[in-house]
Amino acid sequence: MAAPWASLRLVAPMWNGRIRGIHRLGGAVAPEGNQKKKRTILQLLTNYFYDVEALRDYLLQREMYKVHEKNRFRDKEWIRPDKYGHFSQEFWNFCVVPVEAVDASDCDINYEGLDNLLLLKELQSLSLQRCSHVDDWCLSRLYPLADSLQELSLAGCPRVSERGLACLHHLRNLRRLDISDLPAVSNPGLTQILVEEMLPNCEVVGVDWAEGLKSGPEEQPQDTASPVPA
Amino acid sequence: MAHTGRTAGRLGEGDWDGKVSEIKKKIKSILPGRSCDLLQDTSHLPPEHSDVVIVGGGVLGLSVAYWLKKLESRRGAIRVLVVERDHTYSQASTGLSVGGICQQFSLPENIQLSLFSASFLRNINEYLAVVDAPPLDLRFSPSGYLLLASEKDAAAMESNVKVQRQVGAKISLMSPDQLRNKFPWINTEGVALASYGMEDEGWFDPWCLLQGLRRKVQSLGVLFCQGEVTRFVSSSQRMLTTDDKAVVLKRIHKVHVKMDCSLEYQPVECAIVVNAAGAWSAQIAALAGIGEGPPGTLQGTKLPVEPRKRYVYVWHCPQGPGLETPLVADTSGAYFRREGLGSNYLGGRSPTEQEEPDPANLEVDHDFFQDKVWPHLALRIPAFETLKVQSAWASYYDYNTFDQNGVVGPHPLVANMYFATGFSGHGLQQAPGVGRAVAEMILKGRFQTIDLSPFLFTRFYLGEKIQENNII
Repeated sequence: MAAPWASLRLVAPMWNGRIRGIHRLGGAVAPEGNQKKKRTILQLLTNYFYDVEALRDYLLQREMYKVHEKNRFRDKEWIRPDKYGHFSQEFWNFCVVPVEAVDASDCDINYEGLDNLLLLKELQSLSLQRCSHVDDWCLSRLYPLADSLQELSLAGCPRVSERGLACLHHLRNLRRLDISDLPAVSNPGLTQILVEEMLPNCEVVGVDWAEGLKSGPEEQPQDTASPVPA
Repeated sequence: MAHTGRTAGRLGEGDWDGKVSEIKKKIKSILPGRSCDLLQDTSHLPPEHSDVVIVGGGVLGLSVAYWLKKLESRRGAIRVLVVERDHTYSQASTGLSVGGICQQFSLPENIQLSLFSASFLRNINEYLAVVDAPPLDLRFSPSGYLLLASEKDAAAMESNVKVQRQVGAKISLMSPDQLRNKFPWINTEGVALASYGMEDEGWFDPWCLLQGLRRKVQSLGVLFCQGEVTRFVSSSQRMLTTDDKAVVLKRIHKVHVKMDCSLEYQPVECAIVVNAAGAWSAQIAALAGIGEGPPGTLQGTKLPVEPRKRYVYVWHCPQGPGLETPLVADTSGAYFRREGLGSNYLGGRSPTEQEEPDPANLEVDHDFFQDKVWPHLALRIPAFETLKVQSAWASYYDYNTFDQNGVVGPHPLVANMYFATGFSGHGLQQAPGVGRAVAEMILKGRFQTIDLSPFLFTRFYLGEKIQENNII
């Protein structure tokens, strides 16, 4: 149970907003300071009742299709969600201002969810770090952003492999690409070289060329030069 | 007294006589003094009854089995048996395929089938999930297909791309200048137009799809049998059409499945037979009596599917095109794609009618590469002038000599034989869609999601060709 809770920590404030009803049923309505106690009671309930677990899974599924983003508009600072995951009302005033950067790290965005990002025609920087549902198919959808996208980060995405990185060649304005820590890439050093060749104007960050190479036998020349005395 | 259920006419009497003699034999063997050989080990034989028998366990046959089980109205409603002659799939087209999927066809039905297959492969771990089994890794490369057209084919390519875009595929057209810009390693001499698939196109591991389908289909309760279909036992009936012409309708009742390396066979009583035997579909159709009749009539129309041998060569070229390379199909028909990270490529070329190799075996002709493939590749990609062939293999296309498109749906005269074959080199990429269409036809009586009525058997008799122009 530890792992699912670890990923939920980001959305815990959102949770408490939505499931206040359940806690009233459980009779444990505490002020917001008491978050830890609330979690254990829900955990206890989840362990005993399939219904609570199903409800929790359902609510989590609904969150998967939303994007908890930090956005940066032109000339403005990052817009972040507050403690409850809600954006401030001023957000709506910026409807016509083009979005320059989106930080979707640790987000559950998937193939269909990318529809929303591809509409942003002036997007310059996109961060998809540690997104667990972003895979090779998703990367093949990024080509509409080719004119504007300059910075892309895919660090830590568990499903991205070198085959998906091959379709990044459409992004000809890309200046910085982060492909560190991709567990599904079979040969990171070689992939780094091939991606650098594919995108000549781009700084590709994340993998050392020498990774995976074993250091050669350096003792041998000395052996042949000076044979061991009898 | 007639022994087995072999009939040519009325069903009732012959069967009953056979059953009576069987019962008499059984009673005699239980009586004391006789050896009781009632219980014989038949575990290696297929079941005696099955609702649907699918002849051929390749990707198309398994896809039909999968969708039959997915679309059945209640769990366990349909009993399906898949009969495959060779469980090692040593000659089957599926495992030996290059594994490409593309939407760049001229027929809207083909485009729809490929689009559905792309979404099936994308969500394969939801479709083919089996409890406690690891998820499938198709190793899909979404690099797309790049088709090159010369002056005379450019107009056809443009109209094809228009149809493809209408159906929903994302294809971009490129001029020679744009082509040189994007892929500097191409020599654009002789190229007037190029079409490039941006999404849902690429190549994957067909063996993984086959194993995934097998695993899922076994978990859904489909039975497998390693054996060869040697005979169909059928009955015929003379009927009159609306304009008083006599027509003989046949119905298959039993399928004789012969066991591997033995003369033992099991008659499987079935309601429906699906012919998904790939390159050998014509033999299965001939067993059912399709094509026995005066030529030019519906009875005399054979299934025009025959095996055609195609070669695939693997070579190494260190200076070759980089990671972004799509599957490139040249104006001459030669094609190639990258394989892995180590500057290896594979490709080939479809021979012309005169160059067709003998399909009797799967021996590779290396001279074909030297004479007919390499010159075209080296012309188009100058880096390929220095390459070294590492290996090669040959495989069969289930080639439809009529119009190079698949045959789907029931036969008009043999009422319970359904076809799912003849896809001439793009069966693998259309298998999920075709399997669903055949399952809909069997269970619901009509096509529901993708209308494949132009692919029915009757077009061979009526002479209505639906020519597919983009065959690689």
